[in-house]
Amino acid sequence: MLLAAPAAADPLEVKIGVLRQVHSRETVSLLDIPAADDFVAGAKMALEDNNTTGRFNDQTFSLLDAKVGAKEDPAAKMDAMIAQGVKLFVVDLPPDQLLAAADHARDALIFNAGAEDERVREQDCRANVFHTTPSRAMRADGLAEYLMWKQWRRWFLVVGSHPDDKLLGDAYVRAARKFGAKIVETRTFEDTGGGRRSDSGVVQVQRQMPVFTQKAPDYDVLIAADESNVFAGYLPYRTWDARPVAGSAGLMPTSWDPSHDLWGANQLQNRFFKSFRRAMIERDNQAWTATRIIGEAVAHSKSADVQTLRAYLRGPDFNVADFKGTRLTLRPWNQQLRQPILLTDGRTTVSASPQEGYQHQVSELDTLGLDQPETKCKLP
Amino acid sequence: MQTSLIPYALIALLAAAPAEAATAYVTNEKGNSVTLVDLEKLVAVKTVEVGQRPRGIVLSKDERLIYVCLGDDDTIAILDAKTLQRVGELPSGVDPEQIRLSPDGKLAFVANENDAMLTAIDLETRRAISEIPVGVEPEGVAVSKDGETVVNTSETTSMAHFIDWRAKKVVANVLVGARPRYAEFAPDGKELWVSSEVGGGVSVIDAEKHEVVAKIGFEVPGLAKEQIQPVGIRFSPDGKFAFVALGPANRVAVIDVASRKPIKYLLVGQRVWQLALTPDGKYLVSTNGVTNDISVIDIAAEKVMKSIPVGSFPWGVAISSQ
Repeated sequence: MLLAAPAAADPLEVKIGVLRQVHSRETVSLLDIPAADDFVAGAKMALEDNNTTGRFNDQTFSLLDAKVGAKEDPAAKMDAMIAQGVKLFVVDLPPDQLLAAADHARDALIFNAGAEDERVREQDCRANVFHTTPSRAMRADGLAEYLMWKQWRRWFLVVGSHPDDKLLGDAYVRAARKFGAKIVETRTFEDTGGGRRSDSGVVQVQRQMPVFTQKAPDYDVLIAADESNVFAGYLPYRTWDARPVAGSAGLMPTSWDPSHDLWGANQLQNRFFKSFRRAMIERDNQAWTATRIIGEAVAHSKSADVQTLRAYLRGPDFNVADFKGTRLTLRPWNQQLRQPILLTDGRTTVSASPQEGYQHQVSELDTLGLDQPETKCKLP
Repeated sequence: MQTSLIPYALIALLAAAPAEAATAYVTNEKGNSVTLVDLEKLVAVKTVEVGQRPRGIVLSKDERLIYVCLGDDDTIAILDAKTLQRVGELPSGVDPEQIRLSPDGKLAFVANENDAMLTAIDLETRRAISEIPVGVEPEGVAVSKDGETVVNTSETTSMAHFIDWRAKKVVANVLVGARPRYAEFAPDGKELWVSSEVGGGVSVIDAEKHEVVAKIGFEVPGLAKEQIQPVGIRFSPDGKFAFVALGPANRVAVIDVASRKPIKYLLVGQRVWQLALTPDGKYLVSTNGVTNDISVIDIAAEKVMKSIPVGSFPWGVAISSQ
């Protein structure tokens, strides 16, 4: 090799633990069925990036991967990793398991790259948890800013019947209030169970969706809140009135999409595809971002010590490059990564919020989600 | 009436006319074209199609050829500077973005973002002669005046890699701000300046000790710090001033090199990418990606004197003395 010889005798070794849930294969679209290496592939991609940088810094990064079952206490799997020297966790777990993980290993840093719930960032926030995934409120606000720019101010909100769907629906209600949109009606779509695939074709869905959406007051856009992946994908082109769909289908607020190619993103898309023979989805990107943040913090603070890293991440020098046209920094009050919200139709990036004109005294990115004056999080 | 108008017209002409002839070649990233701008008359002369996604552009030492990185064609086109006809290609690897020549004009250095390599191409044989592994997503390239040191910046690794060109060996890796996009040696060769697009500043590196000796930040009243994304850097020939294109801040910063402080922000078009100086050192040209124009800046007056429309999404610029 033509590389410079390492300066120190012992390289700094950084072990990262990935804790991930197995997402449901029941998705409206075949394209959304999770891959076997869902989420962890993004962490592996970033690990490679960290190690390339580490070659020059005499730092090596490795990764341990564990799946955590629904309702399983993550403690045992974490202990096995901690025994091997892991102090940094990249996590995709629902809020209760995320908090259990945070409280089980208070000397570790947890990077929440999955749970979108406000409460883990607000009343249930933890000093050892950093949030790289945008919250529901950030996503809803990102979409709202664009809809207001488009002057689609009258929203027909359709919310799923699961608790997470309702939380997402609440985020849209809040966004409407914040940006001055009007929700003309809220309708619930009951999940009556049943599989998504059918050999009988589209007949039922094609009839069901127009009927379900009829007799709504005049509206500009239908917003679907369907985190459970039950119905939103069936709405576009099937609404009673000829109106666009946004939210969980149609124009979707997200932190990543396999079609995103702006601001140099196609470099990351290409590298990911080359390594994993599939497209990078949002969960992969979340894991990538969290693992890259660890890499940046270790490279710049030249340490793997948890408190040193936490101080660096919370300090004024921290920022990380993603591919959304701006630097990403942390909100010190709840350790949420500030980031633009991409609006995608699954084919191209339609826009990215914050939209021009939404001003903020600190950062225009803070027009997305709950801002410091509203926070319920008090960190030491 | 007429007699009184003539003197004014003459004065205006005198003020606007550069002392020497010069031609700017501007790549239009989305226009898939190069626009030729007469910097004496300050008009775009013609725009020709060159291939997919042209960005980095450089003139051969004798100014007879232009090399244009065509990212989506995975090649570097060689154009005749007079006719803008394609006369050949260089083996760039996948998605070339920036290209720099050695001071003797014999070698071209190109970063290959996809395989983390810096490639050197012999311009006479048009063949790649060596590859050196660097960081993730290598991007900017700078060559010292004596040609002994080649520096490459890697975007995701956030480093400037110093390569001893004779030994073909990386001798130092200097950590800088996030997404280092462009590197430029000061005219005296003692310092290397690296812009960090995401980090929002410029790292000043001692070229001998390989240490960051200063970090220059930018503050523009009324602009969020996220909007300040430095890319192109140029020095005045006397080395007293540096110019930094600030991306979506729509400004070119003028930096007093001695104090390392920004002394002025010149408002140009939107999303300013790259900069180039006229050979007489009097004018600076900036490419403005979103407004589809270039700004011509009078350096002594510290003023933007004209915006000239070019093609769609201008990105790179090279200026010849012809």
